[in-house]
Amino acid sequence: MQELLQYFFSGITSGAVYAVIALGFTMLFNSTGLINFAQGEFVMLGALSLITLWRDFKLPLPLAFCLAVVGVAMVGILLERLAIRSVRKPHPIVLVIITVGASILLRGVAMLHWGKDAYSVRSFSRHPPIEIAGATLLPQSLWILAIVLLIVAGLQFFYRRTLTGKAMQACSINRKAASLLGIGSESMVLLAFGVSAAMGAVGGVLIAPITMSGYDMGTLLGLKGFCAAMLGGLGSSWGAVVGGLLLGILESLGVGFFSSSLKDAIAFLLLLLILYVRPSGLLGVKAVHRF
Amino acid sequence: MGSKEKMKAIVWMILPLVGVLIAAPAVLAKEPYKIGGLFSVTGPTSFLGDPEKKSLEMAIEEINAQGGIDGHMLEAVIRDTEGIPDKTVLGANELISNEKVLAIIGPSLTQTTLSIVPLAEKEKVPLISCAAGIEITEPVKPWVFKTAQSDVLAVSTIYEYMKKQNIKKVGILTVENSFGESGKKQLSTQAAKFGIEVVQAESFGGKDTDMTAQLTKIRSAQPDAIICWGTNPGPAVVARNIQQMSIKVPLYQSHGVASPKFIELAGDASEGILLPSGKILVSEQLADKDPQKAVLKKYIEDYEKKFKVPVSGFGGYAYDAMHLLAKAMKGTEGDREKIRAALEKIQGHVGISGTFNFSATEHNGLGADAFVMLQIKDGKWKLLGQDK
Repeated sequence: MQELLQYFFSGITSGAVYAVIALGFTMLFNSTGLINFAQGEFVMLGALSLITLWRDFKLPLPLAFCLAVVGVAMVGILLERLAIRSVRKPHPIVLVIITVGASILLRGVAMLHWGKDAYSVRSFSRHPPIEIAGATLLPQSLWILAIVLLIVAGLQFFYRRTLTGKAMQACSINRKAASLLGIGSESMVLLAFGVSAAMGAVGGVLIAPITMSGYDMGTLLGLKGFCAAMLGGLGSSWGAVVGGLLLGILESLGVGFFSSSLKDAIAFLLLLLILYVRPSGLLGVKAVHRF
Repeated sequence: MGSKEKMKAIVWMILPLVGVLIAAPAVLAKEPYKIGGLFSVTGPTSFLGDPEKKSLEMAIEEINAQGGIDGHMLEAVIRDTEGIPDKTVLGANELISNEKVLAIIGPSLTQTTLSIVPLAEKEKVPLISCAAGIEITEPVKPWVFKTAQSDVLAVSTIYEYMKKQNIKKVGILTVENSFGESGKKQLSTQAAKFGIEVVQAESFGGKDTDMTAQLTKIRSAQPDAIICWGTNPGPAVVARNIQQMSIKVPLYQSHGVASPKFIELAGDASEGILLPSGKILVSEQLADKDPQKAVLKKYIEDYEKKFKVPVSGFGGYAYDAMHLLAKAMKGTEGDREKIRAALEKIQGHVGISGTFNFSATEHNGLGADAFVMLQIKDGKWKLLGQDK
């Protein structure tokens, strides 16, 4: 029983990380219909910027947090402005490949700037791990979960209650119709890139204390986040959260009941199964035809 | 022809001779011996190759300052492998065919070494590898030697120490790459010899962010100690997870994390961790009677003075290789077969990684004294089990 609970908690820790990354994918997909494979690199940039600002420059945590997120958002905006918008024939597959290229570029730049070593920082709050029935849960996981929920609530509010949010959704559903109605679709796409990059950075900032950060951490995290988004249903914010937590818990149970060398295989196998039975993901209802 | 003209002619004849005599040391000095170096100077394993390259250059300077070998100066020809087997083969071909080197030192990795072993055997060039893998020198290949300690020794050092601590059951957690696989194999096969049982064996991916699931499984098998086998940053995550889960059994790590970087990454979670390491990390704590102490002191001081960077635990492999080679080259006049035969006869060479005793059946030559057990105390390495 104690083991089961511990596997569950371990799953929540990594699952919350996947969820926050999946939210970035979902946000951009919802607004532009694009998949950004540089999302993992935004996570890496967020984590490494936090380490530089908080640990090395000794800035207060909230300030370091904001600066890291804003900085990465600027990178996202630059990416859209320089690489995405200038494409003459913006076919989705071309744009997706551009994001793959951007991820390689960002990784290379980060390697030059931060070097090949990994870094670590202490957790946000100095609480000891919480013990429940012999199993331990990290306070940092609770931080991540709380912020994930906050982001989801914020996104829901943005899409349902604000004019910009509605305009953004309109753009992704039909760009031409939206611009006929006077919505500046280019600035919407720009905004979406900025916000999703910022969300990636938030993810990076949150996970920096629970793991080691290095220039090459983004690839695997981006992939896992993408899987979580697919699992939950691309385009659904709640789906991203459910998908992330489910992936994390499945991985952890896979270690517990099968073998740790099959950890990734088990999670991905289940992903394939779920997508076979429900191609639109667990909570996805629309979306898939759009891509 | 007048006498004046004669004199002029004689002077003109003598002048070049004088010139030759002045330049004589350069002309008469023997041709330099070329030594090939193959290291992963750049790329992800540059932390190995870069200090190795520097150490090789330093060793050659030392030897040349003492007049070279039988009057031949040494000259290093270094190629970067980037840690890639293809590039290593290209580099080795170039060193052998174009540069006509007498011997090759390196490469830095087990896989790059294995990629050029057939070439060294075919071309009959002595190869002294700086990689750890046991398969390089076992089975013994006539032309292949190595100076880095094998995993076998690291594992037996840990188990030897555990036996004294009366540890009977261990849980092991290894990284999913060749280093971890090799460690896992050695940990499993040697356990019985020391009366130890591996009760749970788990693994983790090199970039995994959380290992608590694996540790939960290990904890439920109730081991007396946990051994983690990997290179940064995974083992630092394991150390942190163990602290977070308040697992009380001692944690042992491999020599793969024997660098200050590990203490930095793991923070206070590194406290109390035990690991085997070469003596270079704790050279000051060694007993004065330890023959390696003086060698290590000179190497560390020279290295830090010359390159203005802290010494690394890995450069010593190339330094040892060059000094062993220099010993073997004496009196061979650059005959590769004679060098090879002389290498096999070297006994009691005190180097950075240990005391080397080569023979026809032993091409690594290091004994149990190549590793010591360390414990991390207050963020510093502490040597265990030796009296000052």
